[in-house]
Amino acid sequence: MGEKIHIKDKDIVVPGALLAEGLEYLPSGRAFRDGENIYAATIGLISVKGRVIKVIPLAGKYSPKRGDVIIAKINGFGKFGWNLEIDSPYKIDLNVGEISMNYVDLKNSKLADYFKIGDYVFGEITDISESGYISLSAKRRPYRKLLGGNIIKVGPTKIPRIIGKQGSMIKTLKDLSGCEILIGQNGLAWIKGDAEKEAKVAKAIKLIEKESHLSGLTEKVKAMLEEKN
Amino acid sequence: MGSKVGAPEKLIVNGKRLDGRKANEMREMEIEVGVIPNADGSAIVTLGGTKVICSVYGPKEVLPRRNLDTEQAFLNCVYGMASFSTSERVRPGPNRRSTEISKVIADALAPAIFMERYAGMEITVIMEIINANAGTRTAAINAASVALADAGIEMRDLVCSIASGKADGTLMLDLFEPEDNFGEVDMPIAILPRTKEITLLQMDGILTKAESKKLIDMSIKACEEIYEIQKKALQKKYATETQQETE
Repeated sequence: MGEKIHIKDKDIVVPGALLAEGLEYLPSGRAFRDGENIYAATIGLISVKGRVIKVIPLAGKYSPKRGDVIIAKINGFGKFGWNLEIDSPYKIDLNVGEISMNYVDLKNSKLADYFKIGDYVFGEITDISESGYISLSAKRRPYRKLLGGNIIKVGPTKIPRIIGKQGSMIKTLKDLSGCEILIGQNGLAWIKGDAEKEAKVAKAIKLIEKESHLSGLTEKVKAMLEEKN
Repeated sequence: MGSKVGAPEKLIVNGKRLDGRKANEMREMEIEVGVIPNADGSAIVTLGGTKVICSVYGPKEVLPRRNLDTEQAFLNCVYGMASFSTSERVRPGPNRRSTEISKVIADALAPAIFMERYAGMEITVIMEIINANAGTRTAAINAASVALADAGIEMRDLVCSIASGKADGTLMLDLFEPEDNFGEVDMPIAILPRTKEITLLQMDGILTKAESKKLIDMSIKACEEIYEIQKKALQKKYATETQQETE
């Protein structure tokens, strides 16, 4: 049985592309095994680490995983919590018990006292049940209700570029603008600060999204934020 | 054949077809990916005089809810011809033919998609024929498969499709309008290029067993060419987006 690898690191593959032959290699990310061979399931970027072949998707909607940090919008009320909407076909719930470390007394207060429809919440996905039921937790800091500020939409596949290597890009954005910035892995970003600075950061994030493939991006973003300061 | 109005006397002159192609030659195919910004994935396929634009939306919530399938995705394919796409005006809106083709296309695409990974969700594929010159359903399948990949839908493979047939007693690839209208056989086929599984096979007319085998082989060979064109079109769009990483 031949072990053979057909691709190298950083290649771009299309769905159905043969990545490797033989049971020696392991599929990861959006790669799958059919028989003895490994194929790509989406258009994506290859990352080879030892025996593991990973396909990092370059397109597609966000699919929730446990432990993901997201920004979600309150879309409706349930009996003991809220229904959330993210830019994805999955439905997420936020239980009253998950919004604060303290006891939330619903006898003396209403759900609407905490979150109204259209509010945004920053939280972590704690559980995905087999039936597709997803729950969010916003108990511990830094998870919370997002007051004020601006929400902008970026593709979920561009999030790593906005955060940068070891958070370098997001740090630049925060330091130079003085804004509070939170990024959700579902492709939403929240910015709060001076109205003028907010607009500048939003513009910078849009630039990162558009030119994520070009080099020298950090310098460009720096110049953009520093001008007329 | 000769009884039909407007039929050319011969469909093959001096061993060549009316548009100068050889029997086993395809029309020129062009694919452009990501043409509709508001769609999750989109593509335009031009195959000679046939032009189809396809957009994919999803995965998203199933609406109306009665279409919900908790086991697998609801693949909503809509094939339509623009009223100006043919020489005679097509009445806009769904009709018997387009409803049937939509269903056939959905069945041709479904084996390529990981339907079970999108249980309880909907994937909408909208294909509009801008200009029709035979082989519209196969061009629509090629466009849809590229647009699905552009939308980041998890797929086992792309789907490649071509219509071939028989005219003037000769088996030929990729019929164009006169051959489609006045020829003897029209056979659209769609395959998964990796496994060579056939996901669509229709036929109008009569072929012998040997002829049909030969025609299917010819089509599969052409589908492999189409696969390369689809692959190149997709890689072209995404290569520029990830230029830095590939350098």
